[in-house]
Amino acid sequence: MLSLDGVSKVYNVGTFGGKQLRAVRDVSFDVRDGEAVSLIGESGSGKTTIGKMILRLLSVGSGTISIDGVSIATLRGSGLKEYYRKVQGVFQDPFSSFNPIFKADRMFEVLRQEFYPEASEKEWEEKVHESLRCVGLNPEHVLHKFPHQLSGGQLQRFLIARACLLEIDLLVADEIISMLDASTRIDVLNVLADLKSGGLSLLFITHDLSLAYYISERAVILQRGRVVEMGLTERVFRNPLHPYTRMLMASVPRLDKRWEDTDYGAGEIGRPSELAGSTAEEALADERHTLTQAEPGHFVATSG
Amino acid sequence: MSLTVENLRVYYQTLRGDVKALDGATFTLDDGEIMGLAGESGCGKTTLAHSLTRLSPPLRYVEGRVTLDGQELPIADMSRMNDFRMKKLSVIPQYAMNALNPTRKIGTIIRDLLRSRHVEADTSLQELYRRLDLVRLPYDILKRYPIELSGGMKQRMVMVVSTLLNPSLLIADEITSALDVATQKAVAEMLVEFRDRALVKSMIVITHDVSILYQLADSILIMYAGQLSEKASTQTIIRAPRHPYTKLLISSLPTIGVRHAEHKLSGIPGTTPLLLDPPAGCRFRDRCPVAFSKCSEVPPFVEVTDGHWVACWKESETHA
Repeated sequence: MLSLDGVSKVYNVGTFGGKQLRAVRDVSFDVRDGEAVSLIGESGSGKTTIGKMILRLLSVGSGTISIDGVSIATLRGSGLKEYYRKVQGVFQDPFSSFNPIFKADRMFEVLRQEFYPEASEKEWEEKVHESLRCVGLNPEHVLHKFPHQLSGGQLQRFLIARACLLEIDLLVADEIISMLDASTRIDVLNVLADLKSGGLSLLFITHDLSLAYYISERAVILQRGRVVEMGLTERVFRNPLHPYTRMLMASVPRLDKRWEDTDYGAGEIGRPSELAGSTAEEALADERHTLTQAEPGHFVATSG
Repeated sequence: MSLTVENLRVYYQTLRGDVKALDGATFTLDDGEIMGLAGESGCGKTTLAHSLTRLSPPLRYVEGRVTLDGQELPIADMSRMNDFRMKKLSVIPQYAMNALNPTRKIGTIIRDLLRSRHVEADTSLQELYRRLDLVRLPYDILKRYPIELSGGMKQRMVMVVSTLLNPSLLIADEITSALDVATQKAVAEMLVEFRDRALVKSMIVITHDVSILYQLADSILIMYAGQLSEKASTQTIIRAPRHPYTKLLISSLPTIGVRHAEHKLSGIPGTTPLLLDPPAGCRFRDRCPVAFSKCSEVPPFVEVTDGHWVACWKESETHA
């Protein structure tokens, strides 16, 4: 349903925008109906930029992002509104996603004015309650409260409920549980997984590989704005082929294996993405970067 | 025994009364031990770090004794603690990324700090270079401003500064939380190296991420709602936890190899109690699957087997 084809994004940085930062380079993948795809990468790998482009919070640099075959880059007015009925996003920090001055459920009211002006009071209330129950919240406990009276997990589920209210097809979840406690984290993750079983497509953006493995069917690994490996989660995680993926897998703190027992060697401190492509070798590697199929449903980047 | 904490109570003063953020902590830390301290937000782990280093209002000292290397720490007295900070015990704060003064160069910050501790900066210069090598930072970092460093570099820089005078105890508060997996691993391994090279004698590593602790800690202390729940060796906490809270916490962690479709994990139902007026008895009682009548009394933190401390009536009864 969602497909990205050769998408790139260049930011102008530095004084007067003199320097260029290529945040996303030639990224292509798709999200099928009812499927969860994880976008995995470290800070500066461009994963959030991709999420924001899909949500049209950033303009698409080059390449095309299309949903059901229609490019989203040129959507305007009612077309864009229609698009937001299909695609919504939830972001990392639940506390800054809400306006602290208003009650948290005000956002449902805004939604009603925008999308359901004809709904009657009773119908609407029913709809809100249903979507709250759908994410495992008790409407009586969470409605008519200010954001500071709710916990991070509740707020995050509130935002998912808002997205579900629109009966969307695709949810872009950008690091939505990294700020939550371990005990509530899994509850929110289960809500997502249940919604997915109900037919929702999911783009799950994360740096946490174990969460990605838990929820997604396919995984896309990003490094410095490029896809280095992608395919079925099972295959990518069991048999990582690209050195970067291997390094990531080896650095994940696990409960069943100590770092010293893994044979990938010492962790290397990653270089920030501003330096990306600065050495001659890397520039050359970028030039030759192509994805090849290693086994059915498992692609890996090769340079040369 | 490097550090001994006895019945430490520290409350936050608020207009609505005292928030009992740390309510009766008793534990010991051996020489050379790296102890992990884990728990949910608001369980009092950072309060514990603050009480050991800088107990300032709104924090209020209520009772308890802290002994470091046989010497009692005057933790309630801000100015007398100055003799101990950085020399005897040091902290890498949660906000390490913002801990460096943005208007001064790194080298100047270090010189000022050393002067405030009455240490001649030149004598420790060689040592400083050695430490920079250890955390793989270039020497010219001393001539740079904090804004020129990445998050991971600042974190490592603060590690160097905090440990420069070889403190006996180092408290690392959530230092890996904001980092990427690869940087996280590197920083965690550096912490262990600092201990192995005896730059610091013992360490308390505070985090909410239990899987990081499994990688680096010798023992783990689990806190819940201002009280200690369980302390044991890392292997025991992960493989054979006794306290119901620890059991639920460990089982709710997703690791690679667990998928929603095959094995659905579940969180811990309910929320942590408000510490302004905490429930009497065991504070985990309302969320506990095995709670019974006895739980209306506060369970003592007792040693059930050698080195394994648990605060739960179910456990202390069967082993009494």
